[in-house]
Amino acid sequence: MKHLDRPRFYGILAGLALALLGVAMFSLAVGPTLLSPFQVSDALLNPETSGSTADIVRRIRLPRIALAGLVGACLSTSGVIFQALLRNPLADPYVLGVSGGAALGGILVLSLGASLGFGFGAVPIAAFAGCLITTFLLYLIAGRSQRVSATGLLLTGVVFNAFASAAIVFMASLAGMLESGRIFVWLIGNLSSARIDLWPWLLTFLVLGLGCAMPLARGLNALALGEETAEQLGVATERARRILVLATSLMVGAAVSVAGLVGFVGLIIPHLLRLLFGPDHRLLLPAAALGGAAFLILCDTIARTLLGGRELPVGAVTALLGGPLFLYLLRSDRGRMLGASSPSEVRGR
Amino acid sequence: MTAKPLLAFEDVALSLGGQEILRGVSLAVKPGEVLGLLGRNGAGKTSLIRMATRQWTPRNGQIRLDGRPIDEVSRRELARCLATVPQDVHIPFPFRAGEVVLMGRIPHQRALGFETDEDLEIARSAMAEVGVSSLADRPIDELSGGERQLVLFARALAQRPACLLLDEPTAFLDLRHRMDVLEVVRRFAANGGAAIVVSHDFALASRVCDRIAVLADGRVIADGLPRDVLSREGVAAGFGVDVHVLEAPDGSPVVVPRFDR
Repeated sequence: MKHLDRPRFYGILAGLALALLGVAMFSLAVGPTLLSPFQVSDALLNPETSGSTADIVRRIRLPRIALAGLVGACLSTSGVIFQALLRNPLADPYVLGVSGGAALGGILVLSLGASLGFGFGAVPIAAFAGCLITTFLLYLIAGRSQRVSATGLLLTGVVFNAFASAAIVFMASLAGMLESGRIFVWLIGNLSSARIDLWPWLLTFLVLGLGCAMPLARGLNALALGEETAEQLGVATERARRILVLATSLMVGAAVSVAGLVGFVGLIIPHLLRLLFGPDHRLLLPAAALGGAAFLILCDTIARTLLGGRELPVGAVTALLGGPLFLYLLRSDRGRMLGASSPSEVRGR
Repeated sequence: MTAKPLLAFEDVALSLGGQEILRGVSLAVKPGEVLGLLGRNGAGKTSLIRMATRQWTPRNGQIRLDGRPIDEVSRRELARCLATVPQDVHIPFPFRAGEVVLMGRIPHQRALGFETDEDLEIARSAMAEVGVSSLADRPIDELSGGERQLVLFARALAQRPACLLLDEPTAFLDLRHRMDVLEVVRRFAANGGAAIVVSHDFALASRVCDRIAVLADGRVIADGLPRDVLSREGVAAGFGVDVHVLEAPDGSPVVVPRFDR
């Protein structure tokens, strides 16, 4: 009987960690100045090295990679949690509009902050609040009917996103951000102007989020059998939901306040990992963190190198990859997810 | 039988959305006993199960597990004593059948960590008992409805409960698998377990159950031996249908609706 055991768990995570390290090394080496692996490792490991090469590696590329990795890890882990909670493999912070809510919160503070006396430090808090409110609304709307249909949930997300984008553009134009192009940071996700000193916050929220989610991973597995069965297996689903909504809101809020609306990471990576390693959340949660980190570092490397001197927003890269995948998933799983209609499925609260 | 009841409903009433579903139901099942629960759709059979697993709270009355009121029993402890087999569920992720059965061990495990050898052994024997060992490594979403039902049944057995609550356990099963499930339920009771079987299948209920209770109008209108409960008058009172009651060679009642053509 195949199941998750110790060697499999640690083996897969070690493999993913190696892959992440490989991607990071590659990303450190490429850019306007191409470096050799030797130069990269010398700059990283030898504190006495100085000069432009060391500066490029330590001051420019490494912090950006750390940010990209942490944003990817937060979004991908949140994707896994949303999918498990909503019992829907298509759920993702971006698709559900939760990221949009976070961005709206952030932009509100950015554009009105000066007149209200908030500093930049209030942006992550506002983004966190935006996440919480959106998630709450999502449950309120989707949970109102007796059964949360997948279609209804996704449509709600679409509407949230449209509303959030419009409100973001509105707020930005009031604040005169439209001309400067800074608005794109929020609308499509970008790491080129991200505040590099924010990475410790991201790391804190990621660790906090994973720390909350890991002890509940078995419960998330049981939730696949339906909320009722999970409760009959002794899982406190309501408590788990509250904790996890908080945890994901922290992670998504932090990621969005750093990188804006980077889409589909929480969809692509969990899906891929589930295909490769199965759906057990004990493995899937940490694997999604590592995989999401590697994926976004790779996407960001593409974003900053593909067009030579000019940078693409990383959100454009993930959306170009994620959009088609989303459509494919929607199509291939149509019968299973959108058509599922057994009476005991997804009981509304 | 003089044993203490394992699961007892004492004058339980339930209202949902202002509508009175149950108005004073008293029922009990003892170790070694299989109790059949019959009644029209919406009579409150599933509601009773949901109250026993603390999904719903009764408006009035008390439910006791081994003498203790269930609201004093923790959810986890309850899960170690009561296991349910749900009506068909949609499982959104491609868990393997074996992994689903192993989920039955959740109430016995710590929050973090892996399955122990004991967990694996219990899951294996539960699958063997129900006859689904060969499905262990198949993704659950590739199984037929009947196979999935059997896997969920094995999952309930892997909980090693004292009491099984089966909500139409055979709804998706062919005759062969139906008999398999019934034999497992009988063996479970023979080993000292108690079981409540909700069903619309009179033939099944009369063969497998020691006692049958009929719910109608929010009350228990009959509770007794199958041959006493499944009489022409009994079925007319519970279901409003006129029937012939025949006798099978082994003496158990066979209910056939009267239908004039």
